[in-house]
Amino acid sequence: MSDDYIVEMKGIDKAFPGVQALSNVDFFLKRGEIHAIVGENGAGKSTLIKVLTGVEKQDAGTVMIEGKEILVKSPQHAQELGISTVYQEINLCPNLTVAENILIGREPRRLGSVNWKAMNARAKEFLRQRLDIDIDVTQTLGSYPVAIQQMAAIARALEISSARILILDEPTSSLDAHETEKLFQVMRRLKSEGVAIVFITHFIDQVYEVSDRITVLRNGELVGTYETEHVPILELVAKMIGRSLTELDEMSRIRLESSKHIKSEALLQAKGLGLTGSIEPLDLELHAGEVLGLAGLLGSGRTEVAHLLFGIEKPDSGTMTLDEKVIKKFSPLASIERGVALCPEDRKEAGVLDGLTVRENIILALQAGRGWFKYLSRQRQYEIADRYIKLLNIVTPSADQPAGNLSGGNQQKLIFARWLATNPQVLIMDEPTRGIDVGAKAEVQKLVLELAEEGKACVFISSELEEVLRCSHRIVVLRDREKVTELSGEVDEGTIMHAIGGG
Amino acid sequence: MVESRLSWKRLRDNKVFWPVAVLALLLLFNAIFTPGFFRLEIKEGHLFGTLVDILNRGSIPALLAIGMTLVIATGGIDLSVGAVIAISACTATVLINPNLATGLPTAAEMVQDITYTPMWLLILVALVISALCGAWNGLLVSRGNIQPMVATLVLMVAGRGIAQLIVNGQIITVYYTPYYYIGNGFLLGVPFTLFIVLAVFLLAWLITRKTAIGLFLESVGINSRASFYSGIGERNIKLLAYTFCGFCAGIAGLIYSSNVRSADANNAGLMTELDAILAVVLGGTLMTGGRFSLLASIVGAWVIQTTTTTMYALGVPAMAAQALKGLVVLIVVLLYSQQARDGIGRLIEGAGALLAKKGVQS
Repeated sequence: MSDDYIVEMKGIDKAFPGVQALSNVDFFLKRGEIHAIVGENGAGKSTLIKVLTGVEKQDAGTVMIEGKEILVKSPQHAQELGISTVYQEINLCPNLTVAENILIGREPRRLGSVNWKAMNARAKEFLRQRLDIDIDVTQTLGSYPVAIQQMAAIARALEISSARILILDEPTSSLDAHETEKLFQVMRRLKSEGVAIVFITHFIDQVYEVSDRITVLRNGELVGTYETEHVPILELVAKMIGRSLTELDEMSRIRLESSKHIKSEALLQAKGLGLTGSIEPLDLELHAGEVLGLAGLLGSGRTEVAHLLFGIEKPDSGTMTLDEKVIKKFSPLASIERGVALCPEDRKEAGVLDGLTVRENIILALQAGRGWFKYLSRQRQYEIADRYIKLLNIVTPSADQPAGNLSGGNQQKLIFARWLATNPQVLIMDEPTRGIDVGAKAEVQKLVLELAEEGKACVFISSELEEVLRCSHRIVVLRDREKVTELSGEVDEGTIMHAIGGG
Repeated sequence: MVESRLSWKRLRDNKVFWPVAVLALLLLFNAIFTPGFFRLEIKEGHLFGTLVDILNRGSIPALLAIGMTLVIATGGIDLSVGAVIAISACTATVLINPNLATGLPTAAEMVQDITYTPMWLLILVALVISALCGAWNGLLVSRGNIQPMVATLVLMVAGRGIAQLIVNGQIITVYYTPYYYIGNGFLLGVPFTLFIVLAVFLLAWLITRKTAIGLFLESVGINSRASFYSGIGERNIKLLAYTFCGFCAGIAGLIYSSNVRSADANNAGLMTELDAILAVVLGGTLMTGGRFSLLASIVGAWVIQTTTTTMYALGVPAMAAQALKGLVVLIVVLLYSQQARDGIGRLIEGAGALLAKKGVQS
């Protein structure tokens, strides 16, 4: 019996300050299978993986690898055991070359020094053969789009020659459909070679596309492990969130309802706004009470538009007016002062300050707008923090918890809280649902519509077309750093796909 | 049981706890091995003794540590504080009697107990110049985007040259007796320097904890980009931190020159930047920036000064003293490391288990 299993985890417990991340969880992984782990944010998926890969030590329970009980001491130890991991957030060095990132620590050597030529050749060959991508591996990793960086991370995990267990934590969250398909091909090939693959994702359809078995976690507890073909999709979602998805129907109702309240005159108006090398000049109009969706592929210029509107970068052409006043100062601080907010795309690098408490994270932008000296009193800070923790349903033991201890979805809500606290009239959200689970996603989408209903002007950016369609009253399509078209009314997925792809 | 464990955890997480624990250990060591360490005498209404000596001599590293804490909190470092001490000391002393640097004074002129610049003015000038030195560092780091270590290295090297120019290459001796008060005077029976440290600490505490500046300093140190996205003027925050650090070094320069009654551009404040950085590290502020505690840094400075004084008191040769100081620092820093603490915990557990086993057997 146990011969079938390459990994057997039994009765795993793990607690963090204030949170029971895992309690009595079993997980069995077979040789040569693709095993999906699904669950909402904070369900314990990442923690389970961290125990298996030696990042965290379990409080109780046993881990057996190939039938032998083993205490995985460290990530290095896990690697020696043949366990390789690609984490949710890309953990590579953007200032090293692609080849260095893939082969770091295992560089081919000649006479004791690194053989750069061999190293570059090996990395290039490896990427072409195993992942079918052909790029210049001597460029720094940071110069490539996130999708390529993710591929490099996977390549690095695969390159460890003895990898018998490959763990992919949200590997597709920043890949487009084509890249995802390519990854699945690689996964299937590795599976046929006998590699056991653990696949963590929030995309339910991908679970069905590629996995053999599914383990469902909820609130740190095991719900069950199922054969993929024997569990229908609705049943799976119900198991994950423990409640039905009628909320989705409610959302389309809210969207229709709220569209009646959109103001006819434009709140924010951009004319020929552009920045050389970043985004071609474009016209944009935003009304109070509406959600404007920005659709387009990765690198189509969505984030660049958001950066111009919020003043991260200064435009070198065109004008922007807010409330009919021409905007001259472009900076985040100036934006806060005029009531414009941005929830940035890169949550880890540009969003959450993990060393500060939840409370400090929430009041940060508000305080920045008030300046150095009008410091909010402790009491006031707690009031604001508690209000938004309750309003957005942020799961945290207290407002004094370090923000780094929160799960991805709750960190995203924290960023929302930070900006809602500034009471903005324009709210730009760049990929607010990336890497968060079904339940939290629906919550965020609903929140966006509710904010619009309150009279805020919202810009909603997402790679998931279905989501943009569901939330937006109007959609601007971008392609190759240029505005292609603008769609409103009942838009179907086909029309928008054509616009995005340029067909 | 749970209650007591919780409070132990809170104690352990308090930044001031560890430096205070180390200081207590050092004092305990002295209580056992250094005779007369805790003896206090009152002479002419002034308190004397080794402890008073430590507090007095510790004022310079403590002042530097206050400024350095703010800089390190932003994720930076200031290597130039030693050189700024020299600049401040030379500026103040040369203003007392410029003839000592330029002209050829007569013997009588050299030793007269007068000043050519009012005391308040020369203090002000020295402090403004020191703050400007800090601002220069801050500009290089925040506007020039130069790495803090490189940016402040410039002034670390050039600063002593500037100090040399100020005093025209001379070593200035101070004969103006009111100036001695800064570094040697007593107020209410205790050294005046203690009041200076207290005042600067209060000032820094008010600036960082009663305004949003402290939060912004930590925020910038944790993640400069995310801070910028949140609307924090991270460049001005850095500029402020370096300027304040220069200001603190300026005060330290006044104390130093008053204490030794002279200013030597080549030796004033030599290597003090390292003690200041060390004090901040002992105070538990990460070199990568973020959370900081001013009080913990000051206690860190006292730990360093106590170590030094203990060496002298025990008659350890000056050369060996440096090595021993390094050892003390190593032990403290190891205590701070989670891994090392876990290791020690396991050792204790292991020993406990072994003892329990033996108990069962017998």
